[in-house]
Amino acid sequence: MYKATVIIKRRPSILDPQGKAVEKGAQLLGFNNVSGTRIGKYIEFFVNTDDENSATEEVKKYSEKLLANPIMEDFEYSLEKVS
Amino acid sequence: MKPKFGVVVFPGSNCDHDAYYATKKVLGYEAEFLWHKEPDLKGSDVIVLPGGFSYGDYLRSGAIARFSPVIEEVVNFANKGGIVIGICNGFQILLEAGLLPGAMRHNESLKFICKDSFLKVENKNTRFSSEITKDVIRVPVAHGEGNYFTDENTLKDLEANSQVVFRYTSPDGDTSLEHNINGSVNNIAGITNKQGNVLGMMPHPERCVDPVLRNDDGAGVFKSIVKSLVN
Repeated sequence: MYKATVIIKRRPSILDPQGKAVEKGAQLLGFNNVSGTRIGKYIEFFVNTDDENSATEEVKKYSEKLLANPIMEDFEYSLEKVS
Repeated sequence: MKPKFGVVVFPGSNCDHDAYYATKKVLGYEAEFLWHKEPDLKGSDVIVLPGGFSYGDYLRSGAIARFSPVIEEVVNFANKGGIVIGICNGFQILLEAGLLPGAMRHNESLKFICKDSFLKVENKNTRFSSEITKDVIRVPVAHGEGNYFTDENTLKDLEANSQVVFRYTSPDGDTSLEHNINGSVNNIAGITNKQGNVLGMMPHPERCVDPVLRNDDGAGVFKSIVKSLVN
């Protein structure tokens, strides 16, 4: 079995109002060196196979078809073998 | 012929009854609810994907509803030329399902916007707008994620093909940036597909059909649909 982690980020060209609002809060708190705050998603799940290639395939398909919206988001993933 | 509106009901839909009321009780057409788990459109002439928060808007608005059994039928129906209107969450589902281009971001202000919006009717030559007499209509919006986005090439296509039907505007038709309530590219509030049989719009025409509410600007959308079916 593999444990997968997927990180979903908005494309850099796409405005992230949430990140912008959070950064305003940061400035109010005095974090004056903080810039470029962007908010994404972190998703983890298990893939029930011992074959790394098919696990990779599954994670990619799941991410492309449902977890990320390819129009405005990119995703990164990593796989870790668990017993 | 009395056209039949099929109103899809997802877990979390909350404008399904408004759509039913507007089409059946106020305008006098046939209407029936379609449960999302049943891949059966029950002979509907028009499909309405109503507003609400299908599946709690988890992941992204419309991302999970888009895989409901009924949606597969809706996609087939649309691909054969059937008329589909997605309102608010319904628009988001149409985007996720790929029946319309683009995606929704959170409103630029990050606030949920619930108020009347003014819409410039940009194209009256569609199956959804031919019976709208005014140039600017007043239709309520209620959304947190209505900030329409699409890449530049698609945007150019949408404009070139006159697929933008509604644009946020001032009451007198000024579509400059200050009247853009949510940050949508080119003030876009509603678009059709290239074939012109699928419309998605964030504002809620079904909420302003009954003259008792002192605004029936939304009725024209449904009357246009029916006119296009009868012809």
